Parts: sequence; C-alpha cells; structure tokens
Amino acid sequence: MLAYAIRRFGQSIFVLVLMSFLVFVGVYAIGNPVELLVNPQADEAERLRATAALGLDKPFLEQYWVFLKGAASGDLGRSFVFNVPALGLILEKLPATIELAVVAMVMAILAGIPLGLIAGLKPDSFIGRGIMAGSILGFSLPTFWVGLVLIMIFSVYLGWLPSNGRGETVMLAGIPVSFMTADGLAHLAMPAFNLALFKLSLLIRLTRAGAREAVLQDYVKFARAKGLSQSRVIGVHVLKNILIPIVTVIGLELGSVIAFAIVTESIFAWPGTGKLLIDSINQLDRPVIVAYLLVIVTLFIAINFVVDVLYSLLDPRVRLGSTASAH
Amino acid sequence: MLHTLRFALVSLAILTLPAVAIAKDREVAIGLQAAITSMDPHYHNLSPNNSMMLHIFEPLIKRDSNQRLVPGLAISWKAIDDLTWEFKLRKNVRFHDGSPFTAEDVLFTLKRVPNVPNSPSSFATFTKPIVDAKATDPHTLVFKTASPHVLLPSDLASVMIVSRASGEKAATEDYNSGKAAVGTGPYRFAEYVPNQRVVLKANYGYWGGEEPWDKITFKILTNAAARVAALLSGDVQLIETVPTADIAKLAKDPKYSLSDKVSNRVIYVHLNQGTEKSPPFVTDKSGKPLEKNPFRDSRVRKALSVAINRDAIADRVMERKAVPAAQLLPDFFYGTSKNLKPAKFDPEGAKRLLAEAGYPNGFALTIHGPNNRYINDDKVAQAIAQFYTRIGIDAKVETMPSSVYFTRASKLEFGYMVLGWGTESGEQGSSLRSLLATFDPAKGMGVTNRGRYSNPELDKALSTALVTMDEKMREALIQKAAEIAMNDTALIPIHYEVSTWASAKGYRYTARTDQYTLGMELKPAR
Repeated sequence: MLAYAIRRFGQSIFVLVLMSFLVFVGVYAIGNPVELLVNPQADEAERLRATAALGLDKPFLEQYWVFLKGAASGDLGRSFVFNVPALGLILEKLPATIELAVVAMVMAILAGIPLGLIAGLKPDSFIGRGIMAGSILGFSLPTFWVGLVLIMIFSVYLGWLPSNGRGETVMLAGIPVSFMTADGLAHLAMPAFNLALFKLSLLIRLTRAGAREAVLQDYVKFARAKGLSQSRVIGVHVLKNILIPIVTVIGLELGSVIAFAIVTESIFAWPGTGKLLIDSINQLDRPVIVAYLLVIVTLFIAINFVVDVLYSLLDPRVRLGSTASAH
Repeated sequence: MLHTLRFALVSLAILTLPAVAIAKDREVAIGLQAAITSMDPHYHNLSPNNSMMLHIFEPLIKRDSNQRLVPGLAISWKAIDDLTWEFKLRKNVRFHDGSPFTAEDVLFTLKRVPNVPNSPSSFATFTKPIVDAKATDPHTLVFKTASPHVLLPSDLASVMIVSRASGEKAATEDYNSGKAAVGTGPYRFAEYVPNQRVVLKANYGYWGGEEPWDKITFKILTNAAARVAALLSGDVQLIETVPTADIAKLAKDPKYSLSDKVSNRVIYVHLNQGTEKSPPFVTDKSGKPLEKNPFRDSRVRKALSVAINRDAIADRVMERKAVPAAQLLPDFFYGTSKNLKPAKFDPEGAKRLLAEAGYPNGFALTIHGPNNRYINDDKVAQAIAQFYTRIGIDAKVETMPSSVYFTRASKLEFGYMVLGWGTESGEQGSSLRSLLATFDPAKGMGVTNRGRYSNPELDKALSTALVTMDEKMREALIQKAAEIAMNDTALIPIHYEVSTWASAKGYRYTARTDQYTLGMELKPAR
C-alpha cells in the first residue's frame, strides 16, 4: 500500500510538471497579455515597462524556469490582472466550486441510484418508463438553457429563489460554506440542481443497466429462492455488486464537475473557480491559468487515488499493492 | 395597563415600519459586465476600474456625462504661460477618515502614480508631462511641463487623488482590503471581493451634497443572460450593456426603463498599408499576391468605404444600437468636424473607383475581427463581407477571440482589420494621434496605428495642435486634421456603439458617453 502510494506520488509530480509546461507553451502561443492589459493609448516606454513588470521581457524558457523555481517553494506567481498570488486567488474561490460540485453530486447520487434501481427492477412499468424518459431529457438539454429556464421559473415568475450569487456563509473547520444557512441553501438550490441534472441522468442509466443485468444472475435467483426479503436481495446482493462501475463513474464525474462547472457558474454568477478561469483565459492571465490547472490536476489525481482505495474496499479481490506489482 | 402596552407597541410598530421601508429603499444593487481588477486607483488603467474608482476617489477635474471637463477637486485651472499651469483647489473637502484635503495629497498622488509595483497598465502616461509640481499655498498648485502640454487638464481628469496619510506606506493590497481606500468621493469603501462584488456605503459628509443611496452593491455578472435575469428577478435594480436581443422586450415592459446614449467607442477598419506589395490575406482572385498594395491607393480605400451600407448595419445587425460614423467620435465631442458626414452607400461608385485604381475585376481579401470584444462584432464583419461581394471583391471572414486577435493584429499579421476605439479623454486629437499619426511609438505617436497610414500633412496639423495653448485655435486644428484624414479615408469608420442601461421601475439612470456605470447617475424616479 505504502509503496503503491509513493509510486503514485512520483507519477503525479511528473504529470504536474509536464502539464504546466504544456500550458506555458499554449498561453505563450495564443498571444501577448500586454496587448490586452495595457491601455491602447500608451506609448512605447509604458509598454516596455508593463512587459518588464509582468516578467514577460525574459526569454520563454527563462520565464518557465522562474516559474518552476517559485512553484517548488509553493509560489505559483502573481496574477497579471489582480496583482495577488494566483494560488491564493484560486484557493479563495475553490471552496465555493467544491461546495457546488459536492452538493450537485450528492443530489445526483441520492436521486439517481434509487431512481435507477426502480427503473431497472420494473423496466416496463409506467414509473420505469417515465424515469427513463426524464433521464433522456436530462442528458440532452443543454446546461445553459436549463439554467436560464430555472431562473425564469423560480426567480422571475415565482420569485422564490435568488437568481445569482452565493448566499451567506459560515465557517466550518476554517472553510466558508453556505449550505448551512437558509440564505445559502436558497442560493445553492438552482445551480446545484442545474449541475446535477446531467450526472443524475447518467447515474440513472448506469444503475438501471447494472440492475437489469444483475437480477438475471444466478446468485440473485438463488437469494430469492432462499426466501430472502426483497429489500435484502436488492440492497445487498444487487446493489453492492453493481456499485463498482458506479463508484468509478462518480469519482471521474466529481472531478469533471469541479473542473467544468464553468457554464453553471457563469449563468448563476456563482463565485467559483470556473468563472475565474474563463475570465483569466480571456485576459491571458497565465499565472492564474497555470495555477488553476495544477490545482485541478492535483484534485483529479487525489480523487482517482480515493477511488482505487474504494475499489479494494468494495471488492475483496482487488489488492492495491498486488495490482501495482502485477504490471 | 395591557391595553396601553398594546397601544404603545402598535404605535411603535407603525412608527418604525416606514423607517425600515425607507432604509431598504436606499439600498441598490447594480449588475456590471466586467470584473473590477483592483481597488487601487493607480494600479490598472481599465474602464471598469476607472468607473468604480470615481465613487470613492475624485480627480482634480471631472468629466460630465458628455465627457466635457468640469471642476472636481480643483475649482479652477489656467495656463500661466506655455509651460506653467496653476490649479486652485477646493476648500473644506475632507477625506473619508475626516482629514482635510490639501495640495500635499495631490503632490503625494503625483509621486505615487509612476511607482505602483507590477502595474499592468500604469497611469504614469498622464502624470509624466509634469516635470515639477509645487504648492504655493495649501490650496494652490503650480505644475511645470517640459514642453507645452495643452492636454494636461484632460490628463489629470484620469488621475484619482489619494490621501497622503493613508497612502504613504500603502501597497495595492491595502487598497483592495480597504485599509488605504480612503478618498474624498461620495461613497466609501465597504467590501471588495475580486471577480464577485464591490460594496460601497454613502459618505454623508460629501462636499457635493448627499447621494440618494446608503449602500450600493455592484455584482459582477459577466454573462449577459444572467445579467438580464438578475434584473427581471429583482436581484439588481440596474444593469449595464443590455444585450441587443433583449432590448425590445424590456422596452415594451412597463416595469423597466431603458436609457441609452451614443458612446465614445467607434468601430472602424484599419487597412494595412505597411507593405509595398500585397498585405497579408490580400491577393488577386486566383490567390496570387498583388504587385502593389491596393490599400495605399486612396481611391481603393474610398471604394471600400462607400461600398458599406452603414444604415443597414446600424438597423439590422445592431438593432438600432449604433449610429453610422463619419470620424472617430460623434460630432458633439471636442475636436470633431461638423463637415464630415458618414459615407453614402454607393456600390456603383465603388466599382467605378476600383476600376479607376486599376482593379476593374476587384481582388480578394480576408476580413479579420474579434468575436467577443464589441457589440455583435462578428456579425458586423460578416455584413461588411456581403457588401464587398456586390462590388466584385471576394471577401472571406475570419473572427477570433480578442486574446488571440489583438496580439496578431499588432504584429500586422492581417490586411483588413475590424477594430474598436473608445476615446476616454473625450477629445478627438488623442484618437487621431494614436490611430492615424505616423507610427512612432517612442514619441507616443501612432501607437495603435495598425494600418500604418502615414500622411505628413496630418502629422503636422496634429503636432501643431499639441502645442497650441489657445483652446479655440487648437480645436480648429484638430478639426482640420480630422478632415484631412477622413477625406483621404485613412481608415474606414463604421459606427459608434450605443450603450444601453436598463433599470427597474422607480429608478432612473442618466446614460453616459464613456460607458461608465456610476451610482451617482442612478436616481429614484419620482
């Protein structure tokens, strides 16, 4: 287990360095941030001064080297636009994004797995068909459109929920969270649901497919023949066996929900990292782009690690150390 | 006893209710389209920042909603001789912390402006002409410039005065946290969350009289649909830059009112005249480069201008939120010429001009433009291409995000460039100097002249205007320069953008030409 963790750590560092280099090259190729930052009426002296102030006067590789040296000591540079440490800027916004993503994921799991089970166990019933039809809608409607429709219904016509922003926050273990206040929940409901919708449909379909396959298996028939209660058959024999692909997908999707909450964040003006990233890309604010991607890649790596550990807990045949040495 | 108590409580409730209601009425929220990148007034010369700073800080000279100069912290100013200016400061003005405003604060500001670390776009451009500044008494300042600099009042209208006491050791962070954000303006700093919101509270002791709002919350709502939704749901009472598609709907609804004004931003075309032979993306119809650069011929430039139906673009593409342009600023601004009229749509004339210039069968070009910078910018480029097809020019369109576009345009990688220009100074001389004077960035001439147009006659008029101290004579010189440039079709002006604000019922917004969204211009409608 420990050897496995160390090996994973080494691979992760390599991935991070490679990724930061690619982003550096990418942003360098797109354009010159000074063109966008400096006032168009500025003369040559002012342009040169701004270029030097942002450290862009140095050769490309030297800029990257300066970044690497800083990164080794935890300093990912200062935002060109906001003049504050890029990492700080992202960490300040990250709790809002993670909160949104986690609440959306919890919504998707709590609703998706039971609905999927119902649809899988009673595929030809009215309810089963209804759930499947709903999941098709959830899949195919574009996120930004659903978000706007939600705002039109719940904020504009009914006036129940606020249309934008994050509600009042309280400190939980040093992190500001908004799901513990009524105002926070009101602000959270629509964006979280909007973000959850796609994942919800995905989980319904996965669970349904797994359940339909599992109920035909011999061990389920045998469990029924033994006279076990319906709830035990489903809860233990069916659900536990179909959970491995579902956990994998949840793990992958949690990462993607954090990284790609951008559309939802900009429609609901949710003050998270997605919105910050889009603005930073438009402004070519390289330190923020690089820091954001490093944080997200780190998150992906961590989530995948947790998923691997969960496998071994769910399936006794999986051993982390032995799978690694088998390669 | 119980009866009396109940009566007392009820009357108390009645008495306090309206008070509570009024207090709530005195709070407004405003939806902005772009982030405020800093609360340091000298860190980043950027429109959204400059607009926000005007609430907390004040310059010596302000600009009214038509961008004419009006007294700010200075009550009067005059040029004593070609190199010396005297500014009389307003008396009995106090900073938010209660300390009095004096000439010392101005001198400190002038020292701070060029020395803000890491500034991506400095205000030093505006203070650089001042080589020496002295206070002859606490409310009189004398500035010396190295050469005659008539634009000094206009330049100083862009420099916010900070308090010496709070600013002496302050860095940009201290302004962002609010510690040093102490000004003389009508509102004081309450909260700043980057990319999210700015909260301001009223400065009750403001010298200019009390404002109608106790508290203003500016929310950053970059997504246009989200901004409109926030207005419709009552989360904000005013939004800026209403998307053109929603304007008609809001105009019909009695619950909202719109205000709009032609802005200082012109959408124009730079024709790359920097090469001897074909500029990039300009060829004959078979794709081979041309022997001569066609854009160097005034007749070709004129043909490309009259081939565009500006009224159609303003009407259809811009849904009337644009005014056809004849020069770089609408003709009520300083230095604009009333003799210049938007080029009349004349495709036959355009064909004739092309034939005269030796291109009877036209040629081929690619129109390059941004697709996320100006109102409907990609659609404008497409409309232009269609008009060119009619006069026998094969026009392709390629638009791209502004982060890519402006870098490549500055490197002159394009031939035909759709661009925009906002004149923050409200004075046409500065736009002509940046866009059309012969490219010489070291001298600050033609710094954004991506067309590399060069005309000695224009240069002469502009540099004479720059050192002419008499206001009347100077304006006449700039008008003449504008006529020289526009009659030569140095660039192709398309239209001036009209900026639109929408407010909820009960609120009235006075639209501004500089596209600033100011709490001071929002009033309760009575």
